[in-house]
Amino acid sequence: MSGHDHDHHHHDHDHSELSETQLRVRALETVLTEKGYVDPASLDLLIETYEKKVGPRNGARVVAKAWVDPAYRARLLKDATPAIAELGYAGRQGEHIVALENTPRQHNMVVCTLCSCYPWPVLGLPPVWYKSAPYRSRAVADPRGVLADFGVALPKDTEIRIWDSTAEIRYIVLPMRPAGTDGWSEDRLAELVTRDSMIGTGLAKSPKDIAK
Amino acid sequence: MNGGQDLGGTHGHGPVKPEPNEPVFHDEWEKRAFALTLAMGMPGGWNIDMSRFARENREPGEYLSMSYYQIWLAGLVTLLEERGLVTEKEIGAGHALAPPKPVKGILSPGDVAKVLYRGGPTERPTNTSAAFKAGDRVRTKNINPLTHTRLPRYVRGRVGTVDRVIGYHVFPDSNATGAGENPQWLYTVQFDGPELWGADGDPAIKVSVDAWEPYLDPV
Repeated sequence: MSGHDHDHHHHDHDHSELSETQLRVRALETVLTEKGYVDPASLDLLIETYEKKVGPRNGARVVAKAWVDPAYRARLLKDATPAIAELGYAGRQGEHIVALENTPRQHNMVVCTLCSCYPWPVLGLPPVWYKSAPYRSRAVADPRGVLADFGVALPKDTEIRIWDSTAEIRYIVLPMRPAGTDGWSEDRLAELVTRDSMIGTGLAKSPKDIAK
Repeated sequence: MNGGQDLGGTHGHGPVKPEPNEPVFHDEWEKRAFALTLAMGMPGGWNIDMSRFARENREPGEYLSMSYYQIWLAGLVTLLEERGLVTEKEIGAGHALAPPKPVKGILSPGDVAKVLYRGGPTERPTNTSAAFKAGDRVRTKNINPLTHTRLPRYVRGRVGTVDRVIGYHVFPDSNATGAGENPQWLYTVQFDGPELWGADGDPAIKVSVDAWEPYLDPV
């Protein structure tokens, strides 16, 4: 690997036989490095950023703050990008964010039928299912069926609103605050906020769920 | 293009399979393919719409049988080869066989955080006014370009309501072909389930897409 000692390769022990794809990626990285187009240290930093720093805990903090602070909630729903930047989250794949408020009347669910658009600064990189054909095909036509795949059943009279992310607008769902959480701190509330609840394929956990 | 990527409303893909405690990456090569794709944006000189087209522009069966990072890898190789930055022979050899071409610059480790934080906003200034306002009824055009578009098939030729005027944004259909950003007014357009799916549609759903003005006609 270009003379660099990448410690991430030390985790390869359970793959004794390298796949064709793995060999191809290694070859490509070597060629690009030899040509001076990439610095492997930058690659390590990019990976570390999305593995360790940017993920759904960011979004959970945004949601928890919106649950306890009505003025913040209002700013978030009016113009989410600057409201989210107040907490330090901004940038790539979150340049223009819109927050969608779930209510007993309306449940919001986000998809990208054409590729994998997802609000990276608040949710990190998308899970495999979000990028896969079953979700992308059915979310816009049979959202109740998709929710059933996640074990979620909504009341019949709840309208489901699906947002297909076809432009550079990225959506984050503001789930409903669970009952029985009066007086909870933001930190404690953030533990109830799941990634899926911010995509709309899940609900926030109840206090009972985390007591288990 | 009406390719394998345009999945909305297609059948036969089976149930969604959530993976409990899913890792961010499933293999070492996924990490490297992801990072190479991000890092090559600057020296490669392409834009996000060109990247999307490079990924989707393949035989649908191939698109659907590849994992998502395999699609990214294939798209990256296409973009690199198109620009003569890398050849298939070099990938096969695992070494550079030709001297590098001059590039705009490369992503240095010191710039990673800054570049990610800045991102790539697509809103552009304008002194034009939007043709539509919230509440207007619009019909999407029935377009079928062989090139990149962000108007999915399942909403073409359908009547919806403008939910929100988003702003004036880079137009992917132009940007993907190298014809320039050609920014246009962008709207969130909402459709009723039955307008999209007929009698088979759930009447209690509404679906929206973000659609640029050239995709829309007044009703």
